Amino acid sequence: MKTNRLPQEAPKIFIEERKRSVLVKGGDNAAALNCDEDSLAGSVSQRACVYCGARVVLNPITDAVHLVHGPVGCASFTMDIRGSLSSGTELYRNSFSTDLSEEDVIFGGEKKLAAAIDLLVARHHPKVVFVYSTCIIGVIGDDLQAVCKAASQRNNVDVIAVESSGFMGNKAAGYRAACNVLLKAMEPQDGSLVKSKPKAINFFGEFNVAGERWIVHNYLEQMGVELNVVLTGDARYEDLKRTTHAALNIVQCAGSMNYLANKMQELYDIPFIQISFVGVGDTVDTLRKIAEALADPDITAKTEALIERELAGITPALEQYRKRLTGKKAAVYVGGGFKAISLIRQFKELGIEIVVIGTQTGMKEEYQRMATLVNDGTVILDDTNPAELTGFMMELQADLLVGGTKERGIAYKIGRGFIDHNHARQHALIGFEGAINFAKEVADTICSPVWKYIPQIGGEKHG
Amino acid sequence: MADKTVYRSATENPFHICMPLGGIMPFKGIEGCMILVHGAQGCSTYMRRLLTEHYSESLEIGSTCLNEKGTIYGGEKNLKQGLENIRKVYNPKVIGVLTTCLSETIGDDVERFAEEYLADNDCGDLKIVTVPTPGYGGTQAEGFYVTARRILAKLTQPAPKHEKINLIVSHITPADIREIKRILDLMEVAYTLFPDYEETLDGMYRDEYYKIVPGGTALAEIEKMSGAAATIEMGLTVDPEHSPGQLLLDQYEVPLHRVPIPVGIENCDQFFRVVAKVTGKKIPEQIDKERRRLLDAMIDSHKYNAEGRSAIYGEPEMVYATTKLCLENGIQPVVVACGRGGNKLTALLAAEMEDCLEDVLVLSESDLADIRGISAMKNANVAIGHSKGHYLTEKAGLPLVRMGLPIIDRVGGQRLLSVGYDGTIQFLDRITNTLLENKQRTYRTQMYEKYYKGQRKNITLVKNSAN
Repeated sequence: MKTNRLPQEAPKIFIEERKRSVLVKGGDNAAALNCDEDSLAGSVSQRACVYCGARVVLNPITDAVHLVHGPVGCASFTMDIRGSLSSGTELYRNSFSTDLSEEDVIFGGEKKLAAAIDLLVARHHPKVVFVYSTCIIGVIGDDLQAVCKAASQRNNVDVIAVESSGFMGNKAAGYRAACNVLLKAMEPQDGSLVKSKPKAINFFGEFNVAGERWIVHNYLEQMGVELNVVLTGDARYEDLKRTTHAALNIVQCAGSMNYLANKMQELYDIPFIQISFVGVGDTVDTLRKIAEALADPDITAKTEALIERELAGITPALEQYRKRLTGKKAAVYVGGGFKAISLIRQFKELGIEIVVIGTQTGMKEEYQRMATLVNDGTVILDDTNPAELTGFMMELQADLLVGGTKERGIAYKIGRGFIDHNHARQHALIGFEGAINFAKEVADTICSPVWKYIPQIGGEKHG
Repeated sequence: MADKTVYRSATENPFHICMPLGGIMPFKGIEGCMILVHGAQGCSTYMRRLLTEHYSESLEIGSTCLNEKGTIYGGEKNLKQGLENIRKVYNPKVIGVLTTCLSETIGDDVERFAEEYLADNDCGDLKIVTVPTPGYGGTQAEGFYVTARRILAKLTQPAPKHEKINLIVSHITPADIREIKRILDLMEVAYTLFPDYEETLDGMYRDEYYKIVPGGTALAEIEKMSGAAATIEMGLTVDPEHSPGQLLLDQYEVPLHRVPIPVGIENCDQFFRVVAKVTGKKIPEQIDKERRRLLDAMIDSHKYNAEGRSAIYGEPEMVYATTKLCLENGIQPVVVACGRGGNKLTALLAAEMEDCLEDVLVLSESDLADIRGISAMKNANVAIGHSKGHYLTEKAGLPLVRMGLPIIDRVGGQRLLSVGYDGTIQFLDRITNTLLENKQRTYRTQMYEKYYKGQRKNITLVKNSAN
């Protein structure tokens, strides 16, 4: 392995400015990774927009009408594409749009928006209407707040503007826009208590893909811990108003929800801990951290019993997978830092080394953490693109790539396995059962018989 | 037949998408082309996400990443930097620039920026084709034709007359394009097929990694489309102002013959008639055999099809062809719908529907919520359209024959074959088999519920006891 190759010498980076966003662990400039900046025009970034960020955070709220104010595309592209599940209404899975035409853009879309809200409230009786602004709204200057306020009074239901014009930043700006909506919704009304439940916790950055919220809920119940509010997997609008009642916030998807947890600490003095249920090791650590934070001997005892029970259940199967997978190499390119960091440990549990790792919107501290966890020679990259990713995967002989839907073709085109670690999937990847699912998925893709017939491009032949 | 056009304040579960999406396919259909979407980052990412799932390819499309500053002061810097970076990484022969809601509304003069970029840099033979595709300007259907037209406007040069014909396809699948080529080769017709995304969007596994997948209509061919003997263009529903064939007619006097997508026996017959007439070629025996096989298949299935009541939705051109296929085979369309831009459908279908025993609702603007309502009211038993219609299956039990784009919940959307006599057989079989499957699934319960009135009163009856 080329442990001291500088990014400047890396042959896979074609755009000068991009060199600052790629580093090789063990190289000379290992501290200088650029992140949290605007994407470079023409770099074929894998990132999305503000609207996307806001939508993914709020979308799992099940009893809401999610209305996109803008041309139809933004709504069409996001129609029912995520695997978040509901224990009740499925209203959130519908895609609503004001479908602005050229005329609307010229004359303004306020009237159409008001009519759309009235129509949808009458038709669906939602508990809340979220109105997302898109690029065009930010430019033509519709007064979203005023329209929403009037519509709210007219219809006697909360109508909330989400300031998510696409060009106002990247996905992370959308997370903040969504968090601001959540903060507003949880503001204690008269008589609503703050921190009234000493053994109750909130779970942030959890979207109930494939029932993951329910999996964690089952663990917490066995530990004697009450789950107060989850943001936002399988949440209902009324739930949000109880958010301040919990004694502790646990935050999984830090990229989307750390901001909210920080604000709640500031405003309501509710502490938070950063956790992750991705992988066996992190799941065990997380359960212990929760028990520790609640400082109750009964909870601690129950937690240890749960961990022992669950580990006994999965260890033999995991060991089998580990035998088949040891020595393989993985590349990881995911949305946020928490997932990337957890995946390093989870792959180690399977005997797999990570050779390329990066995120769309990771933060400096997260990259520093990654750098401490990976081996020398590992390429770490921020806001990368298909050309770089393909180049490094070929050079470092990765056997598979972990990513979202857009990255799938990158792996398949060069004959590599692929793991969908996105929100469209239909199987759980967190907790103990998620770890088994993950190991199975890794084995399914790496050990597939199809590779016997397929020469890996830029690498040695499989098998 | 009735036409329903109402003012719609809200769209509920849209099945149309936006204009720039439609522009991707024509650009992918020319040699050595890379695409740059001038707008905020999300547009290109959403398009890539959708198309990656549909085509199972790595769709590499750049964005100019317009931010707040670019929106206020104009996107010139972003566009030029985007072109520069695309050129560095991909070294394409053509860069296709698609605008978006954002860049159109802030009024960027994209064509001028592109010309300046070419003048100020040593770009060799690089061509830049810019296309105005604001999301609110139309659906992907308009985006497809407008982009194809702009490509010709920019890349076609005056050329001496030659014997080739231009074959301009509508938004069909890569497998459909492959079939059109096979047919034309069988007929020994010399042709330029445009836009040809057969290999770029339905790739084969190659031994090397290509940043830009080989394939697409050759630029040298596009240059000479002006000298062709004739143009045959699939596109009855297309506005002449958007039509690539119309441009070749107006600018270079290449005779234009408009045909529907050759799906269904009448449309296929028309297609072959026009190709034979324009080229003087005979219809080969092989094609005749294929036609006779279709006739045989139509007889085989006609009684099953007679039970079909279809809800058809999608892009106007394919909706027209699919509706004709249904009518020819005794499947009663109950609703025929476009998301937007279906204004021409009503007139086009009026003559076709004269023999229909019942009214067909033709909707030029609609959404899946409309289709669900009408389907229930008019007892549709099959929907024909793209994957988003899974909503109709899930919520209303209406079986779906997947057709069009996107197909993201099944594999093989790019490989669906529906054109030509052979393709028509396949498409028809898919519809018939869906009807049969549905009948098989529901027949026993339905008959039981309809006719069994507890006649065997004295016997304890356990329904479905054997499963």
